[in-house]
Amino acid sequence: MTSRRVLRIARRVVLYAAATAFTVFAVMPFYWMMLTSFKTNRDLYVGATDLTHIPWIFNQRPTLEHVQLLLAHTPYATWVANTVFIGALVVLLTLITAVPAGYSLARLTGRWGEQLGIGIFLTYLIPPTLLFIPFARVIAMLGLQNSIWALVLVYPTFTIPFCTWLMMGFFRSVPHEIEDQAMVDGFSRAAVIRKIVLPLAVSGILTVIIFAFTLVMQDFVYALTFISSVGKMTVSLGVPVALVRGDVFYWGSLMAACLITSVPIAVVYNLFIDRFIAGLTAGALKG
Amino acid sequence: MALRNEASAMATLAVLRHRTLADREDLLGRLMLAPAMAYVLLLVGAPLVLAVLLSFSSATAGNLSFSWIGLRNFATIVADPQFHSALSNTVVFTLVSQALVIVLATAAAFVLDAAFVGRRLVRFLILLPWAAPVSLAAMAWTWIFDSTFSVINWTLKVAGFLHGWFYWFGDPGLAKIAIVTVHVWRTFPFATVVVLAGMASIPRDISEAAVIDGAGFWRKLFQVDLPLLLPIVTVAVLFGVVFTSTDLGIVYLLTRGGPYNSTHVLASLAFQRGILGADLGQGAAIALFLLPVLIVVAVAMLRVARRTEVGT
Amino acid sequence: MAYVEIRNLQKYFGEVRAVDGVNLAVEEGELIVLLGPSGCGKTTLMRMIAGLEQPTAGEIYIAGQRVDEDVPPRARGIAMVFQSYALYPHKTAYDNIAFPLEALRRARSFIRDAVQKAAGMFGIGHLLGRRPRQLSGGERQRVALARAVVRSPRVFLFDEPLSNLDAKLRAVARFELKQFQRQLGTTTIYVTHDQVEAMGLGDRIAVMDRGKVRQVGSPQQVYESPADTFVATFLGSPPMNLVEWSGDTILGFRPENFLPKAVFGPDDGVVSFRLRVREVEHLGASRLVYGMLEERARTDQPVIADLPVTIRAPIAEGEVYDFAVARRALRRFDARTGLSQPDGAA
Repeated sequence: MTSRRVLRIARRVVLYAAATAFTVFAVMPFYWMMLTSFKTNRDLYVGATDLTHIPWIFNQRPTLEHVQLLLAHTPYATWVANTVFIGALVVLLTLITAVPAGYSLARLTGRWGEQLGIGIFLTYLIPPTLLFIPFARVIAMLGLQNSIWALVLVYPTFTIPFCTWLMMGFFRSVPHEIEDQAMVDGFSRAAVIRKIVLPLAVSGILTVIIFAFTLVMQDFVYALTFISSVGKMTVSLGVPVALVRGDVFYWGSLMAACLITSVPIAVVYNLFIDRFIAGLTAGALKG
Repeated sequence: MALRNEASAMATLAVLRHRTLADREDLLGRLMLAPAMAYVLLLVGAPLVLAVLLSFSSATAGNLSFSWIGLRNFATIVADPQFHSALSNTVVFTLVSQALVIVLATAAAFVLDAAFVGRRLVRFLILLPWAAPVSLAAMAWTWIFDSTFSVINWTLKVAGFLHGWFYWFGDPGLAKIAIVTVHVWRTFPFATVVVLAGMASIPRDISEAAVIDGAGFWRKLFQVDLPLLLPIVTVAVLFGVVFTSTDLGIVYLLTRGGPYNSTHVLASLAFQRGILGADLGQGAAIALFLLPVLIVVAVAMLRVARRTEVGT
Repeated sequence: MAYVEIRNLQKYFGEVRAVDGVNLAVEEGELIVLLGPSGCGKTTLMRMIAGLEQPTAGEIYIAGQRVDEDVPPRARGIAMVFQSYALYPHKTAYDNIAFPLEALRRARSFIRDAVQKAAGMFGIGHLLGRRPRQLSGGERQRVALARAVVRSPRVFLFDEPLSNLDAKLRAVARFELKQFQRQLGTTTIYVTHDQVEAMGLGDRIAVMDRGKVRQVGSPQQVYESPADTFVATFLGSPPMNLVEWSGDTILGFRPENFLPKAVFGPDDGVVSFRLRVREVEHLGASRLVYGMLEERARTDQPVIADLPVTIRAPIAEGEVYDFAVARRALRRFDARTGLSQPDGAA
């Protein structure tokens, strides 16, 4: 074999090895989540000092008892309902504000619009862990302590800047000549937005809905700060904080909850990731 | 033909002539922007100002009192060794984790850029850490690092690398390693995807020109590919910097700041003092130290955005 | 008043003067071409006529009606075709063409007839059910044209509509465009940077540079009697030879008028030159001779001669020959301003 061929094969091997390594690193906790969710307690709670027992496989037949416990005997279903309810409202609020704002910044405001767009995006970088202290005071003043309405009020503070930025990118990707054409053809700017721009931006709007919802699902800080009753918790708060008796975590059910929540999000992310990146780079790199 | 239709055309034109609100682009623009601006100013701008004000007060979480105490909160925390350790932890966790992320994400992006069997699957799997909600991922890792049942300990022991035992959350050093690991795990997928997108936008010709000019693999990598990727990698990492330095969830759920308050970061300390300890003033003062980091990041991002548009 | 009249129109973008005092009168039914290099302001001018940009100063009149202040694009009675055709990607060809009529709230039956008629004019009746992505470049262009025609506008505005077609198609499309404009008799303003296109299409050409109109005239006028050195060198390929002559005069003569002296008769009034040949290109129907003038001028002035293949005189590289230009084909320009001077003997 020529040295070139050897080099090529070596490169392939390194490539696959690296891909495997990265994948294992990323996936290992999920694999472990999956195992924990379905292992019997006997198989699960074996001290790791026992080197004869292999934790990485099912040593006994998998069981659904943790999942059943989760769904039937914990407030998990309530938490999911709360999260969906809050998410839907927040997404609605976000769409109403961010979509028009995104268009305005992309098309109607010229130079200062671009600066403002960047400014709005930068407010997304202001973290909950800075704002949660003053919010605690504001929520108290409004009498919304321990209420899911506190979250509905506060979540748009990060979804709106982020989604405005995304929509800016998506609207920029509609060629402006098409809008010009429609105005010459006989419509006002407002009518053009309605008839031409929005239909063309539908996939962008869908992406925004998806990512706004997942942003809501991700929050932990605000939920931790404002919600204390178990019945009002979101999934992101309830699972780590309330699936416990005394000092002992229900690991099986806990991991089951993590798995059930994470996988759908991951699937949806994967479907929309290309579009998301396109919108992000269009916004960032002035497409 | 044009002349014949002139009359009817003119009649319809008369109807359309008036400029309505729907035409006034400047007004329309401001109107469409207003709700978002209002929300951001009222619910981000105002609380930010409030945070600063609170840091100068002795406000508590229990009631709505507010009394001015000047710089006393700052004096207290500056003298507090826990604050010092929280500050240094924040910096160290961020720098170490993001340095690792730069390397990992760039390497992973190169791997994903090549075509191979199962590439789409690998990309989906690599994205998983980013997709999982922070708190749930933190719980998974808490379980993985559990003192009695840790799979990592078992694996290291079986492989012969571990001779004693790792009490991950009982030892300050190990706890920090655990936290940094989780941060890296969580932020490298997004960085990878961003770098990958950036690689796609590098023009082919530059790469090919380098090959023709005789650049070997390593030279091309370090002198052509990496410099061109720098702006994109910077943006990707800046997100990671913000997330890591302002994180509460991972530290809180893994260690609660322990053992012996050794792994507190600014965010978790602010939570402990401000919310759990009900001293809003002190909590605000601690959290304010996050601002310098954010300002640096914001400026850096703006610089990068400007350079990319000038460069291309 | 002319059909479309532009008075002292200006458009500033901050410090940049995109359109710097343009006056233009377009006659009814004519096809006038705005010609110039990129950045000369021709597209900005057209966009102001369309109402897509607001002028900084000046007035625009369409059919006697002042439109620049408060009349939105839809009320100006214009139709526009963009370089990219700007077809609505989510609508069929039929819906694309019908779109302007929807804006006028016409009845369905009226729309149907009008669309069919417009489609028939361009031979695309069989394509009406397709989406833009299912059409070729030429077909998309026809849909755009049908859409422009369907409303019977007062003025057509074309912004480089042929640039996206491949070269072979372009000449045919150009011919067809001219035919269709003659047939309809609609006043047309056409923007392009391609001088061949401009010469072939326009009844008149307005040559623009850096926000100003340099010259307006028939193709023959701007070609043979350019108003300044910019127009002289922009039109014609290869461009007019410009040679520094005595005092502040620049002498101009087109390559096709710069021929071996032997070609002219003894009684023809000519001005002679000595040409040292650097290179000869054989282009099939003609020869391009690149060289330097000797005597009577500074010797470092490069010139080009365009000899039709029917002139068989041998030309060798490195040699010096006697060339000449007919007096009536000579043009003179002021060296400082670039403006043309009235003809006179050299």
